[in-house]
Formats: sequence, structure tokens, C-alpha cells
Amino acid sequence: MKKAIKKDVLLGDEAVALAAFQAGLTAAFSYPGTPASEIMEYLIRLARQQGGVKATWCVNEKVAYEEALGVSFAGKRALVSMKHVGLNVAADPFMNSALTKILGGLVVVVADDPSMHSSQNEQDSRYYAHFARIFCLEPSNHQEAYEMTRVAFDLSEKYHIPILLRLVTRLSHSRSEVVYGDKRDPNPLRRGDWQDWTLLPANARRRFAALLDIQQDLVREANSSPFNSLTLSPTSSLGIITSGIGYNYVQENINDLDQPPSILKISTYPLPLELIQQLMSAAQEILIVEEGYPFIEERLRGLLGVQDKIIRGKLSGDLPLTGELTPDTVRAALGLAPLPRLEIEEKLLASRPPQLCPGCPHYDTFVALKEALKGYSQATVFSDIGCYTLGALPPLSAIDTCVCMGASVSMAKGGAEAGLFPSVAVIGDSTFTHSGMTPLLDAAAANVNMTVVIVDNAVVAMTGGQPTYATGERLAQICAGLGVAPEHIRQIIPLPKNKEVNSRVIKEEIEYPGTSVVISTRECIQEVKKRAKRR
Amino acid sequence: MKQDIILAGVGGQGILSIAFAIDMAALKQGLQFKQAEVHGMAQRGGAVQSHLRLADKKIYSDLIPKGQADLILSVEPLETIRYLDYLHPEGIIISSRHPYENIPDYPPLEKVLATISQFPRVKLIDSLSLAREAGSAVTQNMVLLGAASSFLIVEEAYLQEAIKELFGAKGERIVKMNLKAFELGRNKAGLGK
Repeated sequence: MKKAIKKDVLLGDEAVALAAFQAGLTAAFSYPGTPASEIMEYLIRLARQQGGVKATWCVNEKVAYEEALGVSFAGKRALVSMKHVGLNVAADPFMNSALTKILGGLVVVVADDPSMHSSQNEQDSRYYAHFARIFCLEPSNHQEAYEMTRVAFDLSEKYHIPILLRLVTRLSHSRSEVVYGDKRDPNPLRRGDWQDWTLLPANARRRFAALLDIQQDLVREANSSPFNSLTLSPTSSLGIITSGIGYNYVQENINDLDQPPSILKISTYPLPLELIQQLMSAAQEILIVEEGYPFIEERLRGLLGVQDKIIRGKLSGDLPLTGELTPDTVRAALGLAPLPRLEIEEKLLASRPPQLCPGCPHYDTFVALKEALKGYSQATVFSDIGCYTLGALPPLSAIDTCVCMGASVSMAKGGAEAGLFPSVAVIGDSTFTHSGMTPLLDAAAANVNMTVVIVDNAVVAMTGGQPTYATGERLAQICAGLGVAPEHIRQIIPLPKNKEVNSRVIKEEIEYPGTSVVISTRECIQEVKKRAKRR
Repeated sequence: MKQDIILAGVGGQGILSIAFAIDMAALKQGLQFKQAEVHGMAQRGGAVQSHLRLADKKIYSDLIPKGQADLILSVEPLETIRYLDYLHPEGIIISSRHPYENIPDYPPLEKVLATISQFPRVKLIDSLSLAREAGSAVTQNMVLLGAASSFLIVEEAYLQEAIKELFGAKGERIVKMNLKAFELGRNKAGLGK
């Protein structure tokens, strides 16, 4: 009997989720972050429809990673997914888990955001895989994202290391057809050996030696991986080394070249050394096309460069060092003229940046806060990551900083200690539970003169409305538990009609010479609309 | 056979619904497709675009090269202008003439429309009044999809099926309204200014 081909239209993120689900997954963990959120969204949907898998939003990426690690210790397969900067938060368990003897397959999916479409930097996660000395896979399309995720679980169990799957925005958020296979059964329950998992110095030294021992095996795995491919040109002296979606932009333009060049497509890290050597002996001029930082290019050039070959890429200026690649930038690097297009006289471009939605509670909080801060020449608002970061833009122009999750509270403490007054932190409910609680414990312990405004909309709004674990009264209890004096934990409702009373409350707490908290609670307007539609 | 389409508009105008309808139709017709979307921060009332590529052979790049788009389909005229670099010299523009003014420096509308009209193959659609005729201003996206339907390489019947699937969960009334919007848009098709 002929088997029917099973296929579906999926985002790159969803292809990863489906593959993990079908690879015998037991549990998946994540914290929302663009462009990775849709991995967990889809897993939650699959788990709800088909059962058998736990798929959970966690309070932050470190917690998510450690929960996944616990699943692996129990012999079961686990997925943890996050955006690139989320791996900074999870870096501690990530780096150390490379020294444990992974039992159940552990796949770490990290979605990078070159061009910073919705991020504060464009760090390249391949460096993390290199740093931890683990294996990394980088798909160039949806089908590969599916297939590599399935293989990643097998590799993780073969080498007893976590496997990093690197995505980028353009794949995460692109939709295409995916052909998929059958579902594998989950692993049986087991337990890891304490000597492989208790990283006391004696064990950790032995485990690190074991990790170093398999490095050559990982290179051999890369050399023979079906995801890497080398095509040598009989006629051209140009060789292209490309990885991930860079490969697509090369293919998009390749037919316009007079001679087809040699192409090495790289999808694994460590790099496939043998294949690179073969390409280098066949080509005189090498163009490296990779999305993100010049990771491959730096390695190929080394400190002293390559003798008698021309190496081109991001470091030579043939491709831009910042922002994502496009078919057009790669076209130019291939020496091809731009495609013809019509020129027009007038462009009239006014930019249309994102903004707070009409009716957003954050708007009313900022209006009250600005009113309260009038007349203070040193007033400083340290802010954080979320929709409320849009308060930086006119007409509000209400915040001074946004650096990383939770930094508002810690920076407000530092700012106050340096002498700034008023020193105010503005942080969302979810960001507060992600990384704002620990610095508030610090501040309250020293009763530093600062005010934390928690803009509580009861949801992770920017990424599409994921659940948050503390809102309203619960936040007040947490702040009291962290040591803030209960009479200086105030709750307000951000509505236009409450502007005066709200700004008065904020001003009173600013004038209190110690650590105070104002919790400004009103549900995200998008969630209100969603509920109205469902009714 | 291939068709590269830039979809444009402002966050909340239903650009991704247009994209999804064309994706579904392409799947039904056995075409390959890739469609790059924008999520996250950019959706909050900001400029939103999607690169949608259809072909009967393998598609590599998720992004359309500049000068390569066969069609710009836009629910907002200023957003149409943002992507003119992508249009093929013989490409078509199908755009709403109704502005979405949520920025302080929105240029004069007549200048915006005149800029678009410099191109040889343009159809400006009064999508707002057609959407209202269909039953709601929010169906402007389906009006534009209807207006583009005769230029698309996916068949109209598949697009209508896709619209039924897309809005099916919201009930029969919403499906009918969107199909009506599609039909009103389609009847406005035919190039010229």
C-alpha cells in the first residue's frame, strides 16, 4: 500500500515544534520572545489536541532550560526554546549542561534576530554553541528545520550533549510547506548517574575531559552530515561557503553568473573541516555568505589569514557587518548588477514606527508618571523590555533606558546610589517576575530611595498574549515578601479619569525616602478585545 | 511560472489574512510558496509587510529581490510607496486609496496618490467604501484581495475556499461578509487609473 504524503503549511518555528512533538518529546519549556514564541505556541496547540506532551511557558529562560535539563536527567526528551538574548539569561545552565552526561535528548532552539526587528541586539548564537563546545545545526528552509530537529534529538543522545538548533527571524517567521513523518514513542523513564550530573570539581574535570574527547567525533559527524553539501565547479575559480538562509540568497542569484561557482553549504558546527579543505583546493577566490556575525569567516581567516587566496565576506566589506542579508546584498557581493527597477521622482517617505495601541493602559500610567515627575530636574526613568518600551518615542518620551530583562530595577538602584533623584523603574508584570524580583530584594534590603512602577497588564503583550504568573494583589504580596514596606506598596488603576489621583500616589511614593512600589493594573486592551470577540 | 507579491499595510489591517488566503490557495493548487511575515514589535500599529512568493518550482529566498515583485498589493497608500523599490518594471500595483493616518507627519494624500500613479500599471481602489458596502470597514483586506484576484496565478475558486476556511470559525455571517468584500473588489479589477 502506498503511504500518503503528510504535509502542512507551517512557519519555520512551527516546523521545529512539529518535529520535536513527533520525535518522542516528553516536555517543552520556553519564555516568550520574538522570533521564537511561535515554537511554544504551536507545541501548546499540539499538546492540547493530541496529548502526551507537556508544553509550558516558564517565568524565564533560565528556569525553562533547567526544567528541560531535569527532563533529560530522567531519560526523557526535552525541548527548550527562546530568542537569542534569552540564551544570555539561560547561559549558566546552558554552559554547564554541556558538562553533564545528557541522558534524554535535549534540544535548545535559539532564534536570532539579525536586523533587530524586535530585539535590542543581533548576537549570533553559533558563538554560544562554539563556547560550550557542543554541536549546532542551522537549517536553511522549513523542511530542513523539521528534519534537523528530529536528528538533533538523536545526536544529543548519541554524544550525550545538548544540541543547539539556530534559527533566524526570516526562517522562524516564514511560512511554507513541510512534509512530515511518523511519531516516535517517548523514551522510558530512567535516572542519570550522580557522578555524571553532580558538577563537583572532581566530576566536572572528568566530564570536561570527556567533552573535549568527543570534539574530533563532532568534526567527523560534521564531515559526513547529509545536511552539508559540496558542489565543485569544473569551470569557475570562485568558491562560495554559505550557511543557513545565506544559501537561499546565493541560489536566488546564481543563475545570473557566467560560470557556476563551487558551493559549500554548511549546516553544522563544528565546521566540516574536510569539506572546507576540498573547496579551498578547488577555488582561488572564496566568498563567505552567512547570516549574523562573520563566524565562519573569522575561523577561516584565523589570525594570519589564508595564503594565496582571496577571501571575501563581511570582514572584507563585501557584505554588511550589521543587519540581515538580503537577496540584493548577496547579489552585489557576487558582482552582479542590481535588477532593473523603475525610478520615481518623489519618495515622500514618512516612517511609521510601532506605537502603543489606542486605549493601552501603559499610556495612562506614563501620563500620570510624567505629571508626577514635573519639576524634578534629575528625574530618571529606567525602563525595561516590553510594550511599554514604546513609551520612549514621542509624544510620550517618558523613559531613559531599556537594556535587558529586569535591568530597570537594578539600574534604578544603581542610579539612586549614584545620587539621582527621583530614580524610577518602570517594568511590566511578566518582566518583573522574569528578572525584576531579585533586584527588588536587593533594593528593599538596603531601603534604597527609589520607586518601582509595575505596569501590570496581566499578560505578556508584545509577543502576542502569553500567560503571566503574577498580577494585581499577587504582585503586591510578592513585593511585600521581598521586603518592601507594605504601606509603600500602592495599587492604582491607569485610566484617563484617574490621572490626578494616580500622579499624586506616584509623587507621594517618590517623596518617600526609601524603596516603594506602585502597581498600576489594567488588562491589556488587546486581550480585552480578544475576549469580546470570543463572546 | 512564478509570481512574487509584496503585501503591505499597517499592523491590524489584516495583511497576514491576505497572505494566509493566498498560501492556502497555492497549496490547494499544488504550487510551491514561501511567505515571510512580520511579528512582534512591528505589529503594534507600525508598518507591516509580507513577501509572498509563488512558483511551480523550488523557491529559495524567503525575501523578494528588489526589482523582482510582480505585484504590490497594499491596504494603505503610504505603505505602497514604502516598497516601490521592489516592483518589477512591468509589475502591477493594486493599492487602497484610503489613508491610515496614525502618524503626525503623514504626507498630503494627493501627493501620495500622485506618487503611486507615476507607475504604468496601477489600480487604486476605494477599499473603504467597498468594505463598508460589504458590511464592515475591517474587510478592506478582502476587497484588495478580490481586486488582485484576476492577476494572481492562484485560481479564484481556491481563494474563495481559503476565505471560507480562514473565517469559518467566526461564523457564517462573517464568512459571507468577507466573500462579499472579495467580490466587490474583484468587480473593480481592470487596470487603468
